[in-house]
Amino acid sequence: MTDTVSGPLTADSIAGAAYIVAALLFILSLAGLSKHEKARAGVIYGITGMVIALAATIWLTLQGAWGAGAGLTGLVLLVAAVVVGGAIGLWRARVVEMTGMPELIALLHSFVGLAAVLVGWNGHLEAPSLSSELMAIHHAEVFIGVFIGAVTFTGSIVAFLKLSARMKSSPLMLPGKNGINLGALAAFIALTVWYVNDSQLWLLVVVTVLALGLGWHLVASIGGGDMPVVVSMLNSYSGWAAAAAGFLLNNELLIITGALVGSSGAYLSYIMCKAMNRSFISVIAGGFGIAAPASKGDTDQGEHREITAEATAEMLTNASSVVITPGYGMAVAQAQYPVAELAHQLREKGVNVRFGIHPVAGRLPGHMNVLLAEAKVPYDIVLEMDEINDDLGDTSVVLVIGANDTVNPAAAEDPGSPIAGMPVLKVWEAENVIVFKRSMAAGYAGVQNPLFYRDNSQMLFGDAKQRVEDILRAF
Amino acid sequence: MKERVNVTRIGVVAELGRESRVAATPTTVKQLLGLGYEVVVEKGAGESASFRDEAYAEAGALIVGADEAWGSEVVLRVNPPTEDELGRLAVGATLIGSLSPGLRPELVEALAARPITALALDAVPRISRAQSMDVLSSMANIAGYRAVIEAAHEFGRFFTGQVTAAGKVPPAKVLVAGAGVAGLAAIGAASSLGAIVRATDPRPEVADQVKSIGGTYLKVEVAEEMKSSDGYAKATSEAYNARAAEIYSEQAADVDIIITTALIPGRPAPKLLTAEDVASMKPGSVIVDMAAGQGGNVEGSVAGERIVTDNGVVILGYTDLPARLPAQASQLYGTNLVNLLKLLTPDKDGQLRIDFDDVVQRSVTVVREGEKTWPPPPVQVSAAPAAKTQPEVAESPAPKKKQGLSAAGKAGLFAAGIAALFLVNAVAPAPLPQHFTVLMLSVVVGFYVIGKVHHALHTPLMSVTNAISGIIVVGALLQVTSENIVMQVLAAVAVLLASINIFGGFAVTRRMLAMFSAGKARS
Repeated sequence: MTDTVSGPLTADSIAGAAYIVAALLFILSLAGLSKHEKARAGVIYGITGMVIALAATIWLTLQGAWGAGAGLTGLVLLVAAVVVGGAIGLWRARVVEMTGMPELIALLHSFVGLAAVLVGWNGHLEAPSLSSELMAIHHAEVFIGVFIGAVTFTGSIVAFLKLSARMKSSPLMLPGKNGINLGALAAFIALTVWYVNDSQLWLLVVVTVLALGLGWHLVASIGGGDMPVVVSMLNSYSGWAAAAAGFLLNNELLIITGALVGSSGAYLSYIMCKAMNRSFISVIAGGFGIAAPASKGDTDQGEHREITAEATAEMLTNASSVVITPGYGMAVAQAQYPVAELAHQLREKGVNVRFGIHPVAGRLPGHMNVLLAEAKVPYDIVLEMDEINDDLGDTSVVLVIGANDTVNPAAAEDPGSPIAGMPVLKVWEAENVIVFKRSMAAGYAGVQNPLFYRDNSQMLFGDAKQRVEDILRAF
Repeated sequence: MKERVNVTRIGVVAELGRESRVAATPTTVKQLLGLGYEVVVEKGAGESASFRDEAYAEAGALIVGADEAWGSEVVLRVNPPTEDELGRLAVGATLIGSLSPGLRPELVEALAARPITALALDAVPRISRAQSMDVLSSMANIAGYRAVIEAAHEFGRFFTGQVTAAGKVPPAKVLVAGAGVAGLAAIGAASSLGAIVRATDPRPEVADQVKSIGGTYLKVEVAEEMKSSDGYAKATSEAYNARAAEIYSEQAADVDIIITTALIPGRPAPKLLTAEDVASMKPGSVIVDMAAGQGGNVEGSVAGERIVTDNGVVILGYTDLPARLPAQASQLYGTNLVNLLKLLTPDKDGQLRIDFDDVVQRSVTVVREGEKTWPPPPVQVSAAPAAKTQPEVAESPAPKKKQGLSAAGKAGLFAAGIAALFLVNAVAPAPLPQHFTVLMLSVVVGFYVIGKVHHALHTPLMSVTNAISGIIVVGALLQVTSENIVMQVLAAVAVLLASINIFGGFAVTRRMLAMFSAGKARS
């Protein structure tokens, strides 16, 4: 960057100071999310940080290029891009359904990935004049940045397609898929070495295509039920892509922010994997749906009992405490509003109603919480699995709405089960369990659920939303 | 309605004597019709259970005379038929009712002497699948409840303790002997009336069930334990009986009300309370002997009678407790019957089929087409032992958390990572080590900050990190003023994409957070 202002107060130093302030504000923003009360202030911190960072960068850019022809076109392009991009972003944010949050977030990840690829390409085209040693590092940074960005881009696109049901959510099973992934990584390393020695554009093209293919394959071979892990993993990748761009551009704000986002995504993936008792690697290397062949013991589960909406309403009215455990099925059926109304009416009747949320319920970390919040369920009755599990034994009625594997007693009791050891909501300990379900089909993991055949379980078949509305009518 | 020729007709016949229950209610008639059957109800059959003929007609049944009802292909009954009534059955007819074939061999012979099929609803095996037709359970539940009500009726005081202006009232103490279905129902009813409830049972595994409905389980401390394999209680050993007798003697002197429910299938009821125990009770105390019909658990109880002892203790030996709640009992009995018929009518086409490969159907069949099929082969109940062993299994191997790496492996990886970091920074030229410092510190800060994020806010966290990772726009901004037109275009596209992220991410986060509200905020 050229110094246009002489003295101690240069454009660079001002921008650098602004970046540090912005980075601090970003950290405060994430820290704000530790409590509901502080969360909104957190977002304000984030926005302020972003404004400061952008203002400083724009000023720095203009300082550098004022008067030059390219500067003017650049400015026009910049303003146009920000306005158009901002408008699209605000519009999407306004119209998105809360059930569609996973798709939106996956799509947003892909934008970061693509932007990182573009920045990386520009890094190649710009080719600053540096010493040969630094030049090699620059080339490596370009290559790594493009690679991570491209993997994030296609990975997120596939995740988006799967989440929005435009693509089959079952895992893609190519023969030797681990070989493909490892081969792609090895090829990437070889290409990096080559590119560092001889920076040809075609090598960059090859690595972009390779990374795009790898990202596609990685996510395509993971099933729909593992999407919470995948989405947070892509979140992490998008952060590392930004950090790589920071290395490339010598910009510490990008490094700090990228690292924050990267570690955030990694941490969330870790939580999700722990909640499924699965190693991160095994999920990334291709979902666990495959590990569940028609397991033994499916043969004689006994018979399930059905219950009507009216009988359920009666049971709920007489209950002293009710726990509702929603799953992805509630999101699919858009049943969060009637469910919230049900909880509200029961609370009016003096019934102690709480929600039990499994960490991997839904298709996004915290997805159920957002849906319930949308429907105005007070957050203080929405509890985490660990908070509610011990109380389930004293609960009169548990309503399982669109959840299956997350309430499967086989995980705790059958060591031979494919989901053995996965922490689950122990709903079967309650006095009565009512399962809202469309049919007797197995859940995502393909494992039969012995819960349905327990003596204290009854099935309420049909669309969750309609059934809950039937119960409300029966009140 | 001529095509009805092939449809089986079900006849609901009236009961005799003081029996107030009926084998079908208007509700269950509808369900029977739903299975494809035609239903006729004997005139006045439901009168004593408060179900009028009109209600049956409205449900879709035909009201007919006794002969026509008895002449149906399938006859539903609560109590076993008399010899006369058996004669009214048509050739090839199927009789379904509470026949207690184990206790009444002469009835089994009488049934087998005719070209009929007889199904005993009270002979369903105690397996989970058959619970919905287990009439013994459903009647025992009612009887247990009613036993408490009868006792309360006789008892001259409150059940619940009260502190009133007129003085303090102690709560009644109730002892329930036997925590089977009837016993548990009695415990539940008595404790919800406010009494202090204690319960005994030779099977220690029922302790939790007793506790769950408000009773205190009195454990009989002896070496051996009962393991029930068929779901029913069994006879007990000498040592056990001696200790149990002591407990009953102690309790009799202390409690106000005793309800005994101890029955052993196929054997006379065990004597739990001796005449001395009864004599030691306070005047005004009440004993309900629910086993009086099978010989009684209490010395001095008489089946079907109310006895007052010399010291003023009332002993009720009523054997018709379920029938004292006729509407309720009929409804549950009728539903049990419907569930059995559902099993026997798999195609819902009004055709009754008995499949001897099915243990439930095999077990209930006493006589098939004139041929005696009683007793059925024994059925091992899965519920009791499985329920006992399962949790044990779960405790030991089930929580096989994925081990991942050994401690040494972890330490090795950690050391390797540190070494790699050290090497890279040692050899890297000027700006790189500084960048690594920033990266490392940020990662550490990130982990600590994210670890504190509330689980419910994970989705807002993702969208806010999404917005923040739009910071890559800074990189694109720095490139947008390049001389190279290709670079300018690429950078502009990158700026556009990143802007979508920044604006969209923050906006959607704000929208989500606005929705989270605490308890009282609901309008």
